This record gives sequence, structure tokens and C-alpha cells, in this order.
Amino acid sequence: MRLDPITSPSPARRLGLPALALGATVLVAMGLALVAGAEPLATLGLIVKGAAGTKFALLETLNRATPLIFTGLAVSVAFRARLWNIGAEAQLYAGALVTVVIGTQLGLPGPLALPLMALGAVLAGALVLLGPVLLKTRLGVDEVVTTLLLNFIMALFISYLLEGPLKDPMGMGWPKSPALPKDARLPRIIEGLRLHWGFALALLSALGVWVLQTRTTLGYEIRATGLNAEAARFAGIPVGRVLIKTALISGGLAALAGFSEVAGLKGNLTADLSPGFGYTGIVVAMLALLHPLGVVVSALFVAGIFVGADSMSRAAGVPTYIADILLATALLFMVLAILLTKVRVVRG
Amino acid sequence: MTEIVDILISASFWAAVLRIASPLIFATLGELICERAGVLNLGIEGIMVFGAFAGWMAVYAGLGLWPGVLVALLAGMAFGALHALLTVPFGLSQHVVGLGITMLATSSAYYAYRLALPEVTSPPRIDPFQPLHIPVLSDLPWLGQALFSQTALTWAAFACAALVALVLYRTPLGLAVRAAGENPQAVEAQGLSVAAIRMGAVIVGSGLMAVGGAFLTMSAFSSFFFEMVNGRGWICIALVVFGAWRPGKALLGALLFAGFDALQIRLQQTPMGQLVPYQVFLMIPCVLSILALILMSRRAEVPAALMTPFNRGER
Repeated sequence: MRLDPITSPSPARRLGLPALALGATVLVAMGLALVAGAEPLATLGLIVKGAAGTKFALLETLNRATPLIFTGLAVSVAFRARLWNIGAEAQLYAGALVTVVIGTQLGLPGPLALPLMALGAVLAGALVLLGPVLLKTRLGVDEVVTTLLLNFIMALFISYLLEGPLKDPMGMGWPKSPALPKDARLPRIIEGLRLHWGFALALLSALGVWVLQTRTTLGYEIRATGLNAEAARFAGIPVGRVLIKTALISGGLAALAGFSEVAGLKGNLTADLSPGFGYTGIVVAMLALLHPLGVVVSALFVAGIFVGADSMSRAAGVPTYIADILLATALLFMVLAILLTKVRVVRG
Repeated sequence: MTEIVDILISASFWAAVLRIASPLIFATLGELICERAGVLNLGIEGIMVFGAFAGWMAVYAGLGLWPGVLVALLAGMAFGALHALLTVPFGLSQHVVGLGITMLATSSAYYAYRLALPEVTSPPRIDPFQPLHIPVLSDLPWLGQALFSQTALTWAAFACAALVALVLYRTPLGLAVRAAGENPQAVEAQGLSVAAIRMGAVIVGSGLMAVGGAFLTMSAFSSFFFEMVNGRGWICIALVVFGAWRPGKALLGALLFAGFDALQIRLQQTPMGQLVPYQVFLMIPCVLSILALILMSRRAEVPAALMTPFNRGER
């Protein structure tokens, strides 16, 4: 078989194929429910209801989407430049760590502490990705493996700190950090509703990334580098410097996920702060076709699947891992569908 | 220092090196075959998880040990076929598809595990492969325990390395695989199908990755745990680079790496090791892998067409 480009795909093709990919994912969900001995349609209903059926469920989904918007943005910024940052998980923890250290150790008043925590987190995340990107631009070391391995190194580092210097003396022996003081925590957007300002910051970040990508020179350079690094270099774009700037932005965004989870939701640092938000950010970014505003939508969708599956699992007894399978299949179906909007499969 | 010397002259240390190296050898060879044909397979981590689960589950369900290995192999090949279909004829991003396969394989294994054993808190055990007793050799003092007290799967891993090297460098098939990764146009000019060669390489390579995972549950341990693969797949990708895409060097790399791993486990037990947080020891494998990548970066012998999709008729 051979792939022939389609010069101007029809709207039916451009909208129909992604819809088909989502439909296929729903079919997989029903199949998985059937295998687990549950009623397929009822299972789907329970997932939707668990994600958005009540005010509580909806707020839970928005809360879960918050870190995913940040990591999704981090991945989309990096992937645009073809910088394969698979280390958002490590950058998230770096951000969370600095947030906790500044918030609990310096004893600053809230209005001063919160901006400083966010800034420190961004710097920490950027620094964590700076190493791999310098190795890439200076020595040609592949960043996929280095960023992946840094996730494991960071997890061990956090585990060490939580059992050692950062351990809460009042924590009954649990490996967790001391809690942030009340005024060093992100307040709720509306009093009485369990949704914190981290969500607003995430939306703002998405807008910021969109402006960066569509309205600035750096955004143009990032796209040019991603489309064809050789051509970009030939056109006089300093590809190495663009990659470094991209990495700093990407790492900083991922770190904000850690800041927002600690300062907005949990109040302290534990080793299980993130159930893989960094990795899920890759799915979020790909489903959004790397578009920063699309990231918000796809983060809500992905968060909905997780929250809905959690609640469905308690009611119907289908293992929660169904959510991870669905995301992986949605990802694979979607990249295939997007390709098929642009090319036609020809025999021979 | 005497502690390190004591460890190095103990027979159990060398036995551990071979045991720790075995899954890495299988999976590194698998990745090497894929990359030699021009396809980066980031599905490795998830395929190892699924192999670990599938082999173990098959035995738990009543199959024999070797049929269990076969089940793992076939399961790995199935995920490999999916990876190959998406990355070769469709030419989709090998990064995205690979990570997608890792997520799919990992979550499928966890889902199936929870379906099969909903209530258990500690996973059931199977009777794993036992060390093979080789007449004369296994009875040698020191050497017998150090080198000749391994299970059949470990011997299979070494045989596999020899076989892969033989096929890759001494057969027309191996030449075609290497050429598909270096110069796919030349392969097509010979009337061979790049797509078929690459897909075959990814499928076979993925099968080996799954057997590497199965080694963990069927030979090294006797149960399946979540997170048991724990980044070994990513380390194997680093080992392929460290081995300069050659089976022999990759084998040595895996042994060297296993040596450091076995050493750090034992150093943790020493009085000196007690002073250092255990997390530092656990970081050593990852840090070593990154160092290996840096070390080899100057002498890169990357297959020229690695990660470049080939669309027939396009130039």
C-alpha cells in the first residue's frame, strides 16, 4: 500500500474521521465492560454520570483537569518544536517540591508567598528540562530516554526527601511533607465550591501559550523548528536557542501542575501526588492536536474519563484501569484518523 | 573497599549478575532488531509489562512453563503488529505510537489482572523455572554456583544474543533488515519490501521484549506485581545506544549494567551502605544509563533511516 496526499480534504473527511475515532473508542469501552461481565450501555452511562452527572462530579472533573491542562500544555509546546519532553512527571514533582519548600520553610506572608512559590516552581521545572535539552543540542543525546529516566530519578529523590529532611515530624511516620500554612494556599474561586484558583491559572496559561504560538516571533520560530529543523536553521533561526527556550517554557508549565496540586488541592507533598499526570499530558496534548486551547477541552474530556471511571468502578465493579485503556486507544485511533484526513490509502 | 572486593569474589554476586541481565538481554535485543530496521519502539516498557503478566497468568491458569513463555512471546508479537501497522505503512510518529502502545499494553495487563483476581491483596505464586543442573560444570567449586546455576531462560537469553548476531550479520535476511534501517531506497531497488521487513522486525523484536518481561515473573520472581518492570524498558533503549546497535556489545552492556545493579543491592546491606539513603542506590541504574548515553553520543552509529518512515514512490 501507498499513501497519497489529499490536497483539499472535504469537511466530511476532516470532521467525520475524528468522530469515527471517538466512536471506535466508545465501542472498545463497551467491549471491555462486556468482558468484565457488566452491562455495556449501563457502564457508559455510569461513566458519564460519574464525570458530569452532579455538581460534585463536575467539580471533581474540573479539579482533575487542572493539572492535566498544565502538563498537556507543557507537552504541546515541546512537541510543536519536536522536542520530545516525556519528563513532565519529573518537572511536575520539581514544581511541587519547590512550592512546599518555599511555602513551609520561609514563613512568608500569603500574598508574598504564593507568587514566590509559583515562580520558584516554574524555575525548578524549567531547570529539570534544561539538562536533557542541553545534552540534546550540545551532544546529540536523545531527549526521550533522558527525560523518561529523570522521571524515575526524581521520584526517588522525592521519596528520599519525604523520608528524610522534608518529613513532617507530626505525620505519624507517614512519608509526607509538612502542610502549607493556611494563607499560603490557593483560595477557592467561589466560596463553598471545591474549585481553586489553580484552574483559573491553567486557563490563563492556555491563553498565554496560544498568544505565544500565534502572535510572537518565538512562536513562529518554534513552529518552524518543529516543521523542519534543517530548513529553519537555513533560514537563520537559531534552532538550538529556540529548543532551549521551548524547554524552559515546557518545563515551567509542567511544574505549575505541581504548584497548583500542592497549593490548591492537597496542601502538602506526598510521593503519590501525581497518578501519572505527566504521562497523561501526552495524551491530552495529542488529542488536542497540540493546540493550546484544544488542550483545555481534551483535558476536561480526559479528566472526565478518569473521574467517571472511578465512580463507575465502585458501582459496576469494572476495574478503573478501563480509563487508561480507553485513553490509549483514543490516542492511537485519533492519530490514525488525523492522518487519514490528510492522505488516501492507495494499493500498490 | 574491602566490602566491594568481598562482594566481587562471592559466587552469589556473579549468579545475580546473570539473573539481572537476562530480561535486559531479551528486551535490548528486541529493541535492537526494531531499530536496526529503522523503527524506534517505545512500546517496549508496556510490552514487557504485558509479557510479564501474560506468561505468568498462562502458567497460573494451568499451562506449562514453556507454553507460558510462548504465550508471552505471542502477546508481545500482537502488540508489535499493532505498533508496526501504525508506524510502518501509515508512517505515524514513532514516539507517539510507541508511548501509546506502552500505555495500552500496561493498562490492558492491569485490567486483565484485576478481572482475573479481583479480591487478592498479595498476588498468587507459580512454580517458576528452576536452576538447570549441568553435569560437571554446575558441580565445580565457586564457578558452578557463580556461572552454572541459572535457569533455562537465562541460557536462552544468551543463545538469543548469538542467534540475533548470526542472523543480522551472516544471512541475507539480516542484511535486508540492516539495509531497511540504513538505506530503504536500496532495499526497494532490490525488489524487496521495506514495509514487510520493518513490520517483521518490529513484530519479532516486540516478541523478545515480552519474553524479557516474562523472565521477571517466571524465573526471577514467581508473581506478578504492578510496577514490577519499573523502567527496565527505557533502560534497554539506552542499552541499545550504549551497545552501538550491535548485539554483542549490547549483551556486554546488559551484563555491565546488571553488574552495577547487583553491586548496589549488596552495597546497601554493608555498614558503609547503611549511611547512604537507599534511594541513592536505586537511582544508580538510571544515572548510569544517562551517563552511558552521554558517553556514546560522540561515537554515534545510529542507523541512518531510524525514525524515518518510508512511503514507496516518494523521494
